[in-house]
Amino acid sequence: MRVLNLNFLSCAVKACKVTNTSFPLHPKDAELEQDDEVVYKPEVLVSLLPRLDWVALRTTCTELGFPQLPEQAPTAEELQADEKLMADLHRLLMETHIVGGRLVCGSCGHEYPIREGIANFLLPSHLV
Amino acid sequence: MLPTPDTSHIPTSLVYDPVEDSYLLLDTFSSPSETAFLKDHFPLTSPSAPQSPSPIPVVLELGSGSGVVSAFLASNARHIFGRPVLSACTDLNPHACRATAETIRKELSQRREDGAGDGAGVFLGVCNADLEGPWVSGAVDVLVFNPPYVPTPDLPVRPDTMRDSADGEEGDRREPTFEEEEYYLGLAYAGGYDGMEVTNRLIERLPDILSARGCAYIVLCAQNHPEEVKQRIRDMGAEWRAETAGTSGKKAGWEKLQIMRAWRVHQS
Repeated sequence: MRVLNLNFLSCAVKACKVTNTSFPLHPKDAELEQDDEVVYKPEVLVSLLPRLDWVALRTTCTELGFPQLPEQAPTAEELQADEKLMADLHRLLMETHIVGGRLVCGSCGHEYPIREGIANFLLPSHLV
Repeated sequence: MLPTPDTSHIPTSLVYDPVEDSYLLLDTFSSPSETAFLKDHFPLTSPSAPQSPSPIPVVLELGSGSGVVSAFLASNARHIFGRPVLSACTDLNPHACRATAETIRKELSQRREDGAGDGAGVFLGVCNADLEGPWVSGAVDVLVFNPPYVPTPDLPVRPDTMRDSADGEEGDRREPTFEEEEYYLGLAYAGGYDGMEVTNRLIERLPDILSARGCAYIVLCAQNHPEEVKQRIRDMGAEWRAETAGTSGKKAGWEKLQIMRAWRVHQS
């Protein structure tokens, strides 16, 4: 899964979904891969900006060991004027995949395994 | 005619092959009336702020199976939505998850080789999950669901031989047993009472899953009582709409399959 997908996923446990510690999920022992399948396009990044949860993205970025993002989300104009930030975002969100490891919920501690780039969110029966 | 994605790599003993209902979704999404609706619904700039681009649409398909529908939507995003989209999937069947990822990867790379990758969508990934599973509330702009809609006495029961958490490393690469194959294929079609048990669960969750501008495309068959289903959506509140976006045409006087579009309108 692309790192961008993490910005849309929380814990699958119903009771966790309503807590604010279940998002974002925390990668653990993450195996990363890069690809260049997505064409670099500033306008796509700008249209992505209003969709991003910036605080969660900064957490993910730090946890995966990528260069720190600015504290405040840039405006569309600021992003367009900042080529380095656009390149960093493109690399992190569009080119980086998590292919193995686990995603850990900060609320219940449940760990979701990722294999071959596919995260398994099926819950054991006691958590459904 | 837009090309249909290649699904020749799919293990048909474990993953439902694309059939009539999948192709009805492709036809509906590429019809002039639906592309007009989608382009109008997700304009490039918001009418209130013509200087700034409107948010890129997020397309989530539940129970993506072979992945043929999402591959088609991602690959033809420019034609269908008038812009790139973010595409993601879920499926309860891990074999279907792998099939989906492979179908979309192949389709998008074929598009790039043809030099037509420019307007394509970005594939985020596929999660092994029940319905929307871990997806956060209010994120989905276009929800696509070809549910198990065939009326059956029961829903498929997970065989005892399968591990509870599916956490084991050996779990999903060994040869599936006959019971497991039956279970996985059953998940793709068996809809329980009226064929609506799974679809009803999804409809209840629609207000939470969809974004404010979100719309859902759901396959219904005649035995699902599609007119009643649409009325139930409209009864969820004055802002809800439900219409038929595509049909398989009438056979012997009745419509076998249809695609329902359900969405909210904003009173501004």
